[in-house]
Amino acid sequence: MRTAVTLAVVGGAMVALPWLVPAYYITLMLPFMAYGVVLLGLNLLFGYTGLVSFGHALFIGIGAYTGAVLTTRLGMRQMELILLAAALAAALVAAPVGALCVRYVKIYFGMLTLAFGMVFYTFLLKFYKLTGGDEGMRMLRPYLLGQSWEGFSKTAYLIGPYYYFSLGVLVLATLLMWRIVRSPFGLCLRTIRDNPLKAESLGVSVPRFRWYAFMISAIYAAVGGALLATPTGNVDPTLAYWTHSGNIVFMVLLGGFASFFGPLLGAFVFIFLQDTVMSVFPYWRLVFGAVLAVLVIFAPGGLMGLFARRLPAEVSRG
Amino acid sequence: MGGVFHAAILFLVAAGLQVVFGVQKIFNLACGSFYALGAYAGVSAVGYFTGHGGSPALFIVPLALGGLAVGLVGIVVERGLLRFVYDRDETFQLLLTFALVLMLEDLIRMTWGTAPVSTGGLYLSYGQARLLGATVPVYNLIVITASLSIALAIGWLLTRTAFGRIIRASADNREMAEALGVDMRWMYVRVFTLGTMLGTLGGALVIPATAAMSEMGIELIVEAFAVVVIGGLGSIRGAFVGALVVGIFRSVAIAVYPELEMLLIYLIVIVVLLWRPRGLFGAVAA
Repeated sequence: MRTAVTLAVVGGAMVALPWLVPAYYITLMLPFMAYGVVLLGLNLLFGYTGLVSFGHALFIGIGAYTGAVLTTRLGMRQMELILLAAALAAALVAAPVGALCVRYVKIYFGMLTLAFGMVFYTFLLKFYKLTGGDEGMRMLRPYLLGQSWEGFSKTAYLIGPYYYFSLGVLVLATLLMWRIVRSPFGLCLRTIRDNPLKAESLGVSVPRFRWYAFMISAIYAAVGGALLATPTGNVDPTLAYWTHSGNIVFMVLLGGFASFFGPLLGAFVFIFLQDTVMSVFPYWRLVFGAVLAVLVIFAPGGLMGLFARRLPAEVSRG
Repeated sequence: MGGVFHAAILFLVAAGLQVVFGVQKIFNLACGSFYALGAYAGVSAVGYFTGHGGSPALFIVPLALGGLAVGLVGIVVERGLLRFVYDRDETFQLLLTFALVLMLEDLIRMTWGTAPVSTGGLYLSYGQARLLGATVPVYNLIVITASLSIALAIGWLLTRTAFGRIIRASADNREMAEALGVDMRWMYVRVFTLGTMLGTLGGALVIPATAAMSEMGIELIVEAFAVVVIGGLGSIRGAFVGALVVGIFRSVAIAVYPELEMLLIYLIVIVVLLWRPRGLFGAVAA
């Protein structure tokens, strides 16, 4: 009940936000919502299945580059189709990559995903003709719901139609993920996380379920990556770099990997804290590194774990 | 030959990674940051030395000393951070070293600025030598020799000394070693500092041949990571072979088809991980 009330308040606030706060903060909400989608997927792998990927930026990169290639090279500007294409591209890549990675767990899974991520990063960097090399590619303003929104200035477009479009995608992605983790499939994933041997002996095919989880999280990352590309206006290989993968794992941990909404909170705090820190002190990595160290040592449950101790139990109940 | 020089440096960093992983079971993402730290410290030490009338011909002495000295930061890191997470899930250990990567990168920027720094023209002050029909800076040969000697010294340390026997015993079975009276806390401090110093020394030695940049650490870590995966986690011999493989394949790829440079390395890593996840020299069921 409390969760429902909180959600209604947060949802209402997000709909009303463009009238309440300056445009600048709305433009910060855009990456938050894009990362929100990415992290919902990442947490299916991290929090629910117990696999930590250090190469998930690979799929953010795939989503973002799908958007850039479609808008600049192929003249395809419909955002709905771009998201669909990003999801498809991610699924095509994640199917073989995931099938190889899920044969391993723990540190070997992390290393293998990191290696695949860096393969894609090097590909983006070195194959200049296809990808624009280290300068990357431009992402043109996509049409939303079939309309071009030509009359809007860049900011008006971003804080108006694009804001609501992103919000819609985030809400849909959240509802879908909520269904996934509460389904028998989600229960199987948690069993695999807590006791793979038992899951296997109960007839759950552990590698296959891990593979499904990997695919779903890759698709989420690509959709988030495509959403992220529009406000930036430009995509470049650093999107797929391993430190980016590290940062998104950081966001999940910051919010709390043991809770469904933890990752969303993590993305929100990360984006706004980064903006605040950077405005007063140029060395945000120093501050964030210290925050991460403190989190790991003293509060591995993240922010959700701090102010809602009862939450992990609720999550494990499903 | 450029490949072998690169391999010599990579070996030092990877050996640091291996020693720490072997004993403390922590995969240290920050080993690349230590390498960058060593590079900057080396530049500063050489600058101070020549600025106070030191002979340029002796620049390698302050270079190596600066690299080793800054390695003592390992003590602070181990006591201040890592000791809290030894009994945690390895995910958290990995994330803690990632936190270290973030902090060290900015600490370097704060201390030395964002512009690349270098030791100037000292690289060729030892002249060049002709070897197998190629011209090689003598400095490269010195570094290759030094790295080989260090490899031999580590091998001797691990197999022939009491300290080495204790290290191997702790790596095999921490509880048993502790029960037999090994002070694990002191052990971990020493091992981690040794690992750190190998990384910082590697960074210091590379620097006359290139320039120090704040991103050099996060770039090197993926190469060092390739080395240890190919060689096998926790094995010094593996680090040696892995460094040679990576160094030589890289220079061949650069000469033949530059686009493939790092791509080739990662493909080798993936093949090794899939075909033989414990690497060429890794322990069985590590």
